[in-house]
Amino acid sequence: MSEVTPRLNALLAPSPGRRFSLALPSIWLWRLASVAVAFLIWEVLGRSPISLALPPASEVAVAFGEMLAKGEMWAAYANSLPPLLTGLAIIIVGGVVIGVSVALARTAEWFLLPVLIIFQTAPVSAIIPLVTYAYGIGDASKIVAIMILGLPLVALNSYKGIQATPPSLIAMSESFLASRFDTIRYVILPSASGMIFAGLRLGVSGAFIGIVLAELLITPTGIGDLITYNRAIARYDKMFAAIVSIIALSAVVLALLQAVETRLFRANARALP
Amino acid sequence: MTLAREAPAAPPAPMPDEKPILVADEVGLVYGGNVTALAGVNLTVPQGRLTSLLGPSGCGKTTLLKIIAGLIEPTTGDVTVRGEPVRGPGPDRALVFQDFALLPWATVLDNVGYGLRVRGVPRQERDQVARHYIEEVGLAGFEARYPHELSGGMRQRAGLARALAVRSDILLMDEPFSAVDEQMRRKLQEDLLELLRVEQKTVIFVTHSIEEAVYLSDQVIILTQRPGRVSTIVRPDIDRSGNVDEIRRTPRYMELVDEIWAGLRQYVE
Ligand SMILES: Nc1ncnc2c1ncn2[C@@H]1O[C@H](COP(=O)(O)OP(=O)(O)OP(=O)(O)O)[C@@H](O)[C@H]1O
Ligand SMILES: [Mg+2]
Repeated sequence: MSEVTPRLNALLAPSPGRRFSLALPSIWLWRLASVAVAFLIWEVLGRSPISLALPPASEVAVAFGEMLAKGEMWAAYANSLPPLLTGLAIIIVGGVVIGVSVALARTAEWFLLPVLIIFQTAPVSAIIPLVTYAYGIGDASKIVAIMILGLPLVALNSYKGIQATPPSLIAMSESFLASRFDTIRYVILPSASGMIFAGLRLGVSGAFIGIVLAELLITPTGIGDLITYNRAIARYDKMFAAIVSIIALSAVVLALLQAVETRLFRANARALP
Repeated sequence: MTLAREAPAAPPAPMPDEKPILVADEVGLVYGGNVTALAGVNLTVPQGRLTSLLGPSGCGKTTLLKIIAGLIEPTTGDVTVRGEPVRGPGPDRALVFQDFALLPWATVLDNVGYGLRVRGVPRQERDQVARHYIEEVGLAGFEARYPHELSGGMRQRAGLARALAVRSDILLMDEPFSAVDEQMRRKLQEDLLELLRVEQKTVIFVTHSIEEAVYLSDQVIILTQRPGRVSTIVRPDIDRSGNVDEIRRTPRYMELVDEIWAGLRQYVE
């Protein structure tokens, strides 16, 4: 216990200048520790006779390796990844473009905003089966499911971020003769970037929910099918391996997003009080 | 009656030697169709002098400054700079914001260089000019800091340096020293006077402090309560060559403060 406190203090203490190079490795250590603890608890729960449907973490890890070796995992992802990546690209680019332009061009506001809000508040998993009627069973349905779950979040957050730009900063920019374009580039977008990226994180999570829901409810293929099938034949270790794989992939995408944000708006992160 | 003054206010001495650089003619502003903030403001700002706007809270001082800056279009009347009507922000005017309006994600250097950046001045030249004015306002050494790392007074200086960096002739300042303590306020006042001796600018300065107005300005314009219009104009012909504390103790200085207070207190009571 006693070693932990100074470490924590080193993490929390604002040591100007070098604090980032110092804190970064320890942050990763803490994250690893957190994952390790979660797996440990899982292992213990899995070994206790609570439920057959919860195998211990070690068994799931073995199943994971097996599925990689036998190619089941690759086959599933070959199916799921193309629509997932396409959907992600659409919601990231499309969502930001829609949200930003709706906020900047006030004429579009009345038209698009109600649609976005309806989609954000609707019980989406109820809508998803209906997508089949329109788009059949295939990649198109999966992409639509991703868009329904992710696009409104990205667009609405981008919209709110732009709207939340302090008016005095915009007045400042205009008073120094900035063009509208420069004001957007140098003031509005950096100011909104925090909200935009918060929306992107939610949207990415939504996209992963979307693809899994679509593969569970509409099109029994890919990773969703891997989950359903293994549950049906009571191979819970494999089922959990499939679930863990999709969670891990989602974590990787979120980490990439974080890296992009830090790269683009590094100063923002530092300027937070 | 408290309003009765012992000595009648001396009528503002004409300043025949100075050309007006800025004239407001019957400037009126109605917000949202029902709040009349300004009702026919007439004023003349002599070139190279410091004019302050004094008036009860909510009388429209900020509004008037924003109209002069070209950020708000007046409902009636117009503002002219060297005879040209104001149609929007222009290179001849720079505004120092009451709330600083610094970009939180940009360093002091980048904040000060903002006006130059959006005018297309290349990085190297922009940084050089910005460094010059950062030093001039006494912020040297803080170029790489972010606004949240600065005290209120330092942020105010950064805002001032940003306005100076675009080298416009007219500096518009909205209660620039209200966010700092008395000590810092005096320091900034000194610095401003010193700066004006070097830079030869015309300054329009909003303040709540009568003493500050008398001490700093060549012309004090007192506005009535809302809807604001010009109530009185006082020209504090103070010799500022001596020691600050002596100046603040001269009979003329105290007389002027009393005179303006007498004019203002009717709006407070
Ligand atoms: N955007 C706005 N919309 C509607 N009314 C406004 C707006 N801005 C200011 N007003 C009103 O106009 C009047 C003048 O406001 P202004 O900010 O110019 O006053 P001020 O003299 O600067 O006050 P203070 O000394 O407190 O800063 C106030 O009554 C205010 O409520
Ligand atoms: Mg004001």
